[in-house]
Amino acid sequence: MAKPLVFEKPLGMRDTLPAQYETKKRIRTKMAALIQSWGYQFIETPTLEYYDTVGAVSAIPEKHLFKLLDQAGNPLVLRPDMTSPIARVAGSSLKNVPYPLRLAYDSNLFQAQQREGNRPAEYEQIGIELIGDGTRSADAEVIALMIAVLKEAGLAEFKVAVGHVKFMNSFFLDVVGAAERADALRKFLTKKNYVGYREYVKQLQLPSDDERRLLALLQLRGKHDVIAKARELSNDDEALQALDELFSLEQTLDVYGVASDVTFDLTLVRHMNYYTGIVFEAYAEGIGMPLSGGGRYDELLAKFNRPAQATGFGIRLDYLLNALGEIETEPPIACVLFTKERQAEAIQTAQKMRAEGKQVVLQNIAGVANVKEMAARFDEVVQCMGKENE
Amino acid sequence: MHEKLTIAMPKGRIFAEAVELLKKAGYALPPEFDDSRKLILDIDQEKMRFILAKPVDVPTYVEHGAADVGIAGKDVLLEENRDIYEVLDLKISECYLAVAGLPEAKKRTARKVATKYPRIASNYFREQGEQVEIVKLNGSIELAPLIGLADRIVDIVSTGRTLRENGLVEFEKMMPITSRLIVNPASYRLKDQRIDEMVNQLAAVIEGGKSYETN
Repeated sequence: MAKPLVFEKPLGMRDTLPAQYETKKRIRTKMAALIQSWGYQFIETPTLEYYDTVGAVSAIPEKHLFKLLDQAGNPLVLRPDMTSPIARVAGSSLKNVPYPLRLAYDSNLFQAQQREGNRPAEYEQIGIELIGDGTRSADAEVIALMIAVLKEAGLAEFKVAVGHVKFMNSFFLDVVGAAERADALRKFLTKKNYVGYREYVKQLQLPSDDERRLLALLQLRGKHDVIAKARELSNDDEALQALDELFSLEQTLDVYGVASDVTFDLTLVRHMNYYTGIVFEAYAEGIGMPLSGGGRYDELLAKFNRPAQATGFGIRLDYLLNALGEIETEPPIACVLFTKERQAEAIQTAQKMRAEGKQVVLQNIAGVANVKEMAARFDEVVQCMGKENE
Repeated sequence: MHEKLTIAMPKGRIFAEAVELLKKAGYALPPEFDDSRKLILDIDQEKMRFILAKPVDVPTYVEHGAADVGIAGKDVLLEENRDIYEVLDLKISECYLAVAGLPEAKKRTARKVATKYPRIASNYFREQGEQVEIVKLNGSIELAPLIGLADRIVDIVSTGRTLRENGLVEFEKMMPITSRLIVNPASYRLKDQRIDEMVNQLAAVIEGGKSYETN
């Protein structure tokens, strides 16, 4: 690579300028306050983790990990998600705190640098993990809280799609029998390749009813009646049980008053493969990818020696801000311009104004090249200039 | 039925067939559509906006959400590997990907391969247990073996005429290629009714009345 020019940042890295910073802070503060009001406690974990611990279980494809080496040559990752570091904490530093744990985070996450625009290598995510509770109430709480947080941030139009990993797995296994066939079908759905899925199904030469059931799975998207339709397609006990879970989830979400924000999508597969049960993603107009998502991961904690059922969500702040289309506004700032002779008076004036809660710049006029231009940058200008107070 | 649907159309080879298919599916496209030089065409009565893009760029527009749906060749989808839904085989612009070269090169193992599709080509040879060097070209691929730049080419073939006229022969057919309807993952949820309707109408034309969708 050519030597970087002085203005260049490493690929995929972004600056946050004052107006954007203020907007982000305002939204983030509202979201965090709401999460805390549900009793979740915020924690921080290190930016760097071992590749062999957090990196290996994060289930993010290796090529998407941002890897580096420490001085001893151990491979490290810049944390690719917060679920695995929090699982590590739950199994170590917090191992004596009884389950369930309700933890929250607001952290920058990293992924391998990509040439393509809109794929920042570093981005902020706000989320929660509810660890040690395997009930449907926990699934509902997490989805209801995510919706509440999105609304609190000011997002009016969005949709949450809910699927069930266990339903899909048991349904496939029941219809096609062999695990490798079920894997192949799931892979087509992970790749969002419905054409390939249909071709593969036809090529399996199954009894016509089995073929019909597999093809009908692709239509299992929509409201309440999707569960009934899925029931008609399922013979397997585990699949039916998963559908019961979705049914009960919907009832609870209705009590939370958010059932109308949710649609079912039994073809939904998330990119991370540690999910084991109910999974979900939220979408908003104008944002091509899910701006938040999460789900149940009942096997991850065992990898950190403290087995537990768990669920959680994460919201990408960069996508959310785009979806909100916020006009970035800076809060008003006042300026006290002074000449050396009246410095004492200017300092007192500024201190008084700051005590009133204003943001105040104190500026010696001798340090300014163009006073008119300087004054135009502020919402209020107080002048302490000349020899004496007039 | 309220939101506007943005459709990315591939200019060139596939365009006419795609327009024909949409018309058959009942979309009222204006006559000037066929020879317009505009890059954006709004069809207000259908609440549709068409953007005309270079074929390889269609999956990019759709993945980023700049277009809700698009029409793209399977060759482009395999090469670009974008995070989009591939919902329907439109069965238009049928052709296939093939390995070709000069007749006398057939006995020799492939070493250098010229192609517009570096990703597809290297994956293909890798699966055959061969490691090849790829030379990426943007057009007139047939030139490469003729002037000694490569000993194989990987390209799409529809009639085989270009190969024949340049004295090249087809060594292996790799896979059949048709155009696909692709959908942005967020649009697929947010505009599900309009998109399902479009898939239904197109599927009805393609399958001669037989529809994939049951609801």
